[in-house]
Amino acid sequence: MNMSRIVRTVADISFPFILIYGFYIVVHGHLTPGGGFQGGAVIATGIVLLVAAHGHEAVARQITGNLLKNAETFGLLLFIITALIAILLGQGFFTNWLANTGMLFGTPVAFGPGPGDLNTAGVIPIMNIAVGIEVLGALSIILYYMLSGAQEAR
Amino acid sequence: MKKAVTGAVILILCAVLMIPVLSLSFGSPAVSQGMDDYFIAHGQEQTGANNIVTGIVFDYRGFDTLGEATVLFTAVLAVGLVFRKLKRGEEYEYE
Repeated sequence: MNMSRIVRTVADISFPFILIYGFYIVVHGHLTPGGGFQGGAVIATGIVLLVAAHGHEAVARQITGNLLKNAETFGLLLFIITALIAILLGQGFFTNWLANTGMLFGTPVAFGPGPGDLNTAGVIPIMNIAVGIEVLGALSIILYYMLSGAQEAR
Repeated sequence: MKKAVTGAVILILCAVLMIPVLSLSFGSPAVSQGMDDYFIAHGQEQTGANNIVTGIVFDYRGFDTLGEATVLFTAVLAVGLVFRKLKRGEEYEYE
């Protein structure tokens, strides 16, 4: 189940750029429109593009289904653990325990419009990355399940 | 005849559903005014995020996002259940 050589080459060339764009959307979630869900969906579309071009078998040898399943579980666990750490610190569940502390992601931000700084917003970037990992694993594994039995029409 | 009845039913339903829409006051939400102003005034200093939408979704309403993530996880479980491979008479796991 292969597409033509042109489609395969274009998919190979554009895959890294889709990956980088999705990662940009995830990491800049607290500064620009977007976030974990949207960026993870963009990365998943890159994987689906590879599957559409090369077929499920060839892609599943490189990006295995177990890897994507583990990514999904790891993302959800990282999300919940980040929220639970606040309880250990004596605050409420889902408290932003890193914001305005001066540590990682802890730079205070001035009121009003501004260009923004990546090193702000406390736990929000961590949760964005966690949700991004989870969504990219989840959407890709759903399409893996659906396309694993697909065959070329005769 | 059938088409006429269908059209009449659709028209009546649309008219009934439009009644509450016309009574809404767009542009001046009377109920949630204080909430908006609070988020705009304090969102940046409390969460540190310049994007207030992300600040609300991941900080003020973190439970909502946790629910969304869990829904996605459950959706994957359900799809894996439906699309699992079956041998004749026995079942084995997708790999």
